This record gives sequence, structure tokens and C-alpha cells, in this order.
Amino acid sequence: MTGTTPLAPVTLAVPKAAKAASKSFRVVLQQHWLLYVMLLPALALLAVFSYYPLWGLRLAFVKYEGVGRIADAPWIGWGNFARFFGGPYAARVIGNTLFIAIGKIILGQMAAITIALLINEVRYQGYKRTIQTISTFPHFLSWIIIGATMVRLLSTVGPLNRAFDAIGLPKVRFLASASTFPWTLISLDIWKGMGFGAIIYLAALMGINPELYEAATVDGAGRFKRLWHISLPGIFSTIALMACLNLGSILNAGFEQVLVLYNPVVYKTGDIIDTYIFREGYLGNEFALGTAVGLFKSAIGFGLIMLSYWLADRFANYRIF
Amino acid sequence: MAMIEERGAVDVAVDVIIYLVLGLLALMCLVPFVHLAAVSLSATTPVATNQVWLWPVGFNADNYLYIFRSDRTFLGCMLTSVERVLVGVSFGLLVSIITAYPLSRDNIHMPGRVAIKTLIIFGMMFNAGFIPYFLSLRNLGLLDKFAVLILPGAFNVFNTILIMNYFRGLPNEIYESAVLDGASHLQVLFRVFLPVSQPVLATVTLFSTVSHWNSWFDGFVFLRHVDQWPLQSYLYGRVILKQIEQMAAREAAHGTVSAGLSEISPEALSNAMVFVTMVPIMLVYPFLQRYFVTGLTLGAVKE
Repeated sequence: MTGTTPLAPVTLAVPKAAKAASKSFRVVLQQHWLLYVMLLPALALLAVFSYYPLWGLRLAFVKYEGVGRIADAPWIGWGNFARFFGGPYAARVIGNTLFIAIGKIILGQMAAITIALLINEVRYQGYKRTIQTISTFPHFLSWIIIGATMVRLLSTVGPLNRAFDAIGLPKVRFLASASTFPWTLISLDIWKGMGFGAIIYLAALMGINPELYEAATVDGAGRFKRLWHISLPGIFSTIALMACLNLGSILNAGFEQVLVLYNPVVYKTGDIIDTYIFREGYLGNEFALGTAVGLFKSAIGFGLIMLSYWLADRFANYRIF
Repeated sequence: MAMIEERGAVDVAVDVIIYLVLGLLALMCLVPFVHLAAVSLSATTPVATNQVWLWPVGFNADNYLYIFRSDRTFLGCMLTSVERVLVGVSFGLLVSIITAYPLSRDNIHMPGRVAIKTLIIFGMMFNAGFIPYFLSLRNLGLLDKFAVLILPGAFNVFNTILIMNYFRGLPNEIYESAVLDGASHLQVLFRVFLPVSQPVLATVTLFSTVSHWNSWFDGFVFLRHVDQWPLQSYLYGRVILKQIEQMAAREAAHGTVSAGLSEISPEALSNAMVFVTMVPIMLVYPFLQRYFVTGLTLGAVKE
């Protein structure tokens, strides 16, 4: 084919494409009806389990005390929201949620990046693999298993406190002291997730052209210079991407973890929005109030996720669909 | 080259520190479970007096014997969990696959595609919250039914996107030649695409196996009777909330269930149960490890 001919088909293709776009729905259905059928199960599940519950949100605006039909409950507008925000618990559970979630995100990412950089320095492959295998494992266990393991380990008579005692350190009430509890949550979350969190950074580090390191070494750059000028810039875009994506979860402080580990003694610092909804709203039969608090969380959370995906698209060219 | 390979003392020292720090971190991840296992295999007195560290003291397997011989509820819940994994994973996988296929065919003009995608994304991003969700399941008559463990999570958007992106990455030639041969979309999907999609299918299967095995909140809240619970819900009630434990202690006091097993302590028994629950994860873990990276590259980075 000569260099001049391709122009003709391209110009011809324009009206063709326009015609294809205006093809009637009927014709598409005839040819590709199966594609629509294939989407049906997912759409049905979506309708039933994601959209149908939205109808229940009207509960947030009625007065309902657990008796009688919800449909008959009187409309009170923003009353439930006013009750929550006027009460003593709003500031507490929102504050706890933000503190725990942001703590987990920032410290967790720092831990993951540090571990990835350290593992990247290991030359002996067998050691590298062993470390990765072991440190990634806890990520795949439920908070039930971790909780059951840790409650014993961290109790005041548990092995950790006995070890503290043996070397003359004071006892720490990890799970029964309001001031320590949020840090226990954050630390356990980091402990559970750091190995897995490191994988994405390790993948980015593997992607760095080894010639860069070689050239830097020839130029006399030591280990720290290479880390600072090659490794870190090499994973910067991944760090930025994770920061954007994590923004979407600053209202998710870890419902299951808190539910497994908390107790009334630490409600002051450990009760988060999700556990509050579950305990006061669901178990306490305050369905209307619980729905209102849930709607508040969902609305803000939705905005945050939109923002986080927009930022990820904008700054890291990341798209999920 | 020899000049570069030669390393100073400082460099070696840094290496040693790095190896030590990483080794310590790995130990931190391992030791709690070693302790757990050690307690579960120890005799009653050393457990009660906190003498067990990383090795069983007064080795005894009665706790495990009790679980497998006498704890009907535990075994029943375990069976429920196995059933849940088998049904939940295969049904979820099927839904993800048949949803991913049409979404991956970007070249086919499909009116409504954008609307459908928007519905999916919005459904994923905005949820009604726990109470409306619970009430919906109640209205649908799903409470106290096994299906409540399967259906609500069957359409997993992340798994679908993962498979969709994989299908998109397959060479267009294999799609076109199948279509030229007169294959229908179902044939293309099941006869042409699936046989070459083993990595992504393995990834989704393994990740959803783990997530079904680990789920406990849904069983605990949506199913009223302990006998219907999956294993991890049972552990929540028994080991974390310690509600069922008292019941079991009463049974044991009547001498009916633990005949011949004398060395059982509540704490060691709990640990044994937790350890048994961990075993399936340990078994799939080596396979899981091969697919970590596939599971992480969820989003597509635009060219």
C-alpha cells in the first residue's frame, strides 16, 4: 500500500460511522440482543440489593419508634438529623471515625511504602520471598480471627504485657483504656495490612528501569542517593494515586474491626459512625435515627468517593471503568 | 565492574540492619499465630496460669478432639461455611463473567451502555446504609434463609471490572475470527474467551473464596439461629462475645458431650477453634499468592 491511499477510506468512513451511530435500537437488538440478556442478572441483583434499599431512606425523615408499620409513620422532615446533631454523640462518633480512619490511612501508607523500599533493597531472593509471604498473610484473615488472637495476646495478663513486665515496662491496657484504644486499632490495622499494602509499591519499584540504578552507581551515587533520586520518584505516581483513592474512605474507620474489639469502656474514643448506627439504631431499635445517621454518612461518603476518583483520573490517569 | 561490586563496610552494615528489621516485622506477623496454636495444644493448668509462650506446655490435643467429636454446632457451622463458599463463589463468578463480557465489547454500538454503567457505578458508590438494607432484606423474605449469604453480594463490581479489563486486553483477532465463524456471543464467551482467561478467573475465584470464608457479619445479623450460621459468625458469638461459651460450659458440666476428654479449658478451646478456622486460608494462601498482582491492577490507566 502506498502512502497516499489511506486518506480515501478514512474520509469515507466518517458518514459510515455516523450512520452506525444512528442505527435504530431495533437493529442493534436483532444483532446483539444476547448482550442485553447477559446484563440482566447483574441489573436485577443491582435493582434488588442496591436500589430497592434506597426506598427505605424515607425512614430517615419520619418518626418511628419500632412499633407499627413504617409506612404509617408520620413525616417529620429533618427531625432525626436534628436529634443526632443536637445530641452529645454526633461530634464524638464523627471525630472518632475521622481520627481512626485518617490515622490508618496515613500511617498505613507510610508503613507500606517503607516496607516496600526495604524489601526492594534485599538482594537475596529467597529472603525477599519469605518476608513477603509472611507479612502479607494476616491481610487474608478476618477480624474475628485477628480479634480472637489479639484479645488474648494484648490482655493485661497476656504474653505482651508479661513481656513488658519482665523488662520493667508498665502494663498497657491496649483494649480497655480509652486513650490507648484508637492507637490499638490503628496499629493492628497497620500490622494486618502492611505486607499487602506494600505489594502495589513493590510492583511500581520493579517497574523502574534498572539502567537508572546502574547509571547512578557508575556516577558514584550511594544507596541513599539512589533511594532518594530514583526509587522514591519512581513510585511517586503510585503514592499520589493511593492518596487520591484513600480519600474516599476517610469515613470508613473499619466497622468489623471496631465491632470485634471494642467494649463500653472505650466507647468514648472507639465508637465510630458505623458501630453507633448498629448499636443505637439497629440493636437499640432506633431505626429512624439510625437511617438518618446512615444517610448522612452515605451522602458525605459518596461525595468523597466521587472526588477521589476524579482526582485519581485527573492526576494519575486512573479509571476503573 | 569489579569496582562497582566492591562494597564498603557501611553498605554491608545497612544491609544487615535492613535484613534484621524485615525479619523482625515478619516475626511480628507470625508469632501471634504460633502462640495461638501453642495455647490450643497445651494442658489446662499451664494455660490457666499463663505459662504458655510459643511452644505447647503439657501437650494435649483434647481441645481439637472435642471440636471434631462433640461440638455439633461447630461442625454444622463449618459445613455451612463450606457450602457458602462453593455456592457463593460459583454463582458470583458466573454473574461477574456474563456481566463483564457485554461491558468489554466496546466496539459494538450498544444504546444504553452508558446508562447501565452509570447505574452500576452509582449502585456501588452510594449505599442506603445498614438499616434500610436490613429492612429490604426483611421485606424480601431473605432473613433466616441461606440465600441471604449468597444473593446480596453475588454481583461484585470489582470482580466484574477485573474480568472486563481482562477481556478487553485479549487480542481482538480471536474475537473477530470467532464471530466470522458464526459464533454467538455466548459461544465466544464460553468457548473462546474463558479458556484463555485462567489467570483472571483464578484471581477472582481465590479472592472471593477468602471473602466468603471470612464473612461473618451477615450471618450473625441476618440469620437468627446459631445452627444456620457460617463458622466465623459462630466464632464471633462464641469466642468474641462469649455468649455461646456459657451454653457449652453447661453442656460440658452435664458430662454428656465431652466424655473422656478431661483437658479442655475454655481459652484453649477457643484458640483451637480459631486455629481450625484459619486452616482453609492457609491452604489457599500459596495459590492466592501467585495472583496478588493481578488482583491489584484493577483500574486501567489511560494511554
